[in-house]
Amino acid sequence: MLAPYLLLFVLFTVVPVAISLVISFTYFNMLEFPRWVGWHNYQQLFLEDDVFLIAIKNTFIFAVITGPLSYMACFLFAWLINGLQPKVRALFTLLFYAPSISGNIYFMWQLLFSGDSYGYINGFLMKLGVIVEPIQWLTDPKYILPIIILVQLWLSLGTSFLAFIAGLQNIDKTLFEAGAVDGVSNRWQELWYITLPAMRPMLMFGAVIQITSSFAVADVAINLAGFPSVNYAAHTIVTHLMDYGTVRFEMGYSSAIATVLFIMMITMNVLTQKLLRRIGE
Amino acid sequence: MSETMLERAPKAGKAASAAGRPNLFRLFRLRRAKRVNHSWWGNAIAFLVLCAVAAFMALPLVFSINNAFKPLDEIFVFPPRFLVRNPTLTNFGDLFSLLSNSWVPFSRYVFNTVFITLAGTVGHVILASAAAFVLAKYQFKGKNLIFTMIVLSLMFSGQVTMIPNYMTMAWLGWIDSYASIIVPAFAYPLGLYLMKQFMEMIPDSLLEAAKIDGASDYRIFWQIVMPLVKPAWMTLTILLFQMLWGTDGGNFVYSEQLKTLHYAVTQIVLGGIARTGAAAAVSLLLMSVPILFFLFSQSKIIQTMATSGMKD
Repeated sequence: MLAPYLLLFVLFTVVPVAISLVISFTYFNMLEFPRWVGWHNYQQLFLEDDVFLIAIKNTFIFAVITGPLSYMACFLFAWLINGLQPKVRALFTLLFYAPSISGNIYFMWQLLFSGDSYGYINGFLMKLGVIVEPIQWLTDPKYILPIIILVQLWLSLGTSFLAFIAGLQNIDKTLFEAGAVDGVSNRWQELWYITLPAMRPMLMFGAVIQITSSFAVADVAINLAGFPSVNYAAHTIVTHLMDYGTVRFEMGYSSAIATVLFIMMITMNVLTQKLLRRIGE
Repeated sequence: MSETMLERAPKAGKAASAAGRPNLFRLFRLRRAKRVNHSWWGNAIAFLVLCAVAAFMALPLVFSINNAFKPLDEIFVFPPRFLVRNPTLTNFGDLFSLLSNSWVPFSRYVFNTVFITLAGTVGHVILASAAAFVLAKYQFKGKNLIFTMIVLSLMFSGQVTMIPNYMTMAWLGWIDSYASIIVPAFAYPLGLYLMKQFMEMIPDSLLEAAKIDGASDYRIFWQIVMPLVKPAWMTLTILLFQMLWGTDGGNFVYSEQLKTLHYAVTQIVLGGIARTGAAAAVSLLLMSVPILFFLFSQSKIIQTMATSGMKD
């Protein structure tokens, strides 16, 4: 029963990833045959590419803020929603998941943060007298990063949120009855001693997904701040990768960027998994 | 709060005091099926917080619905308005007249998208669940290696594997076919990982009991494991449905007859300012299908949970 899946997985995931790792040691412009350059791409990446360092810094800021926050938000809201009546629960799940479903979300944020005095936030602040001149929210490097973090957080109740809701419904109900008999007396104890340990497989899943998505921020940055953004203020590793991969067609270099990102994500995951093992102890 | 969470629960204390109370109180406890008593004000605060956040999260839905019914002059009004003043159906009329003029019949795009979405979702859920079952409940050599590879692959950036994938497709002769979109979807790592985590929550003793009763592996999978993890594969179905519904054919499909709805819609949107109204209408239509599907499967999940609980 494993074979058909595994065959396709190797063909469409393992092989391409392996090829891409090899390509990261070559110069490949998609017209000529790849030319072996060894560690050159990596050297250039860390020693000569200043923009890459900005991208790494931004990506880390994103990941460190949005990763844990959105992870906790996913669980907290899933947990609260799970306590509701079935029909209400379905409605709330839909509303919370809405940003992930709808397509033209960026337009709304562009309206809000529009840089002239007609943008909602500028208009509001000017009416209050907090500011006199409209703020260029999406082009001023000072504001871009926080705004993208905000939007990213708002968008982040996606895959792991749904998985958590399903997971909470799959917990053996007798555990709670046994817990009540054993003296669990309030909802926080119930959460810590019963719900969280029972959810551990799901929590691991959520952590992987959340880390992956918070390190791979690109869409929000591109749609709100443009590509490339002013002074690379919203540049992330993935936008850097897209710059070299789909704009400059330097596939070797772009594969090297992907490899660095890959290693960063793996490191973060190992750390997080260690942390999660201690839940409910 | 954090203090009480970290302390060990006082054993037996509460249970003993409840037992000593008059009958009336004990009846009340029994009716609650021995669940911990959640304070009403705690529930109230939780509900209020949920409502506030939900209202905020619902903004894009409200905006899309309003936008689709705005007459052109309201769409272009400056400063832009969030809500519609004079709702109209002209956008939908424009959309249909636009679509009926296109070179490839519109129904063809609809068919392509529906076919890709359904085939891809069904295939993925079945293949990923079967593979997850083996990984979660059987011991064999190389099992951990396979699982580690699947989790790791989730973390590799997709943009750079596009070229190797293209070469694979070309080698298979799948360029410009439905297969180039559907078959890779069968093997997304996400679904296997999700299903495996859920299946690990099923107690082994249940499966052993079934085995002793003479059930074959396939029967255990279809009649015991799959019904138990219904919320899981329903969730997976929602995720896959949504993803494939939004696919545009990518770099593998070139003939117009095979393009998807999403692609056709993007062409309309790119048509310029005159088509902004139609674009607003179409984005609402495109969005409503995953939403309806989502609501439908949510009610299915709830039905299952009402009738079957997992008991060891």
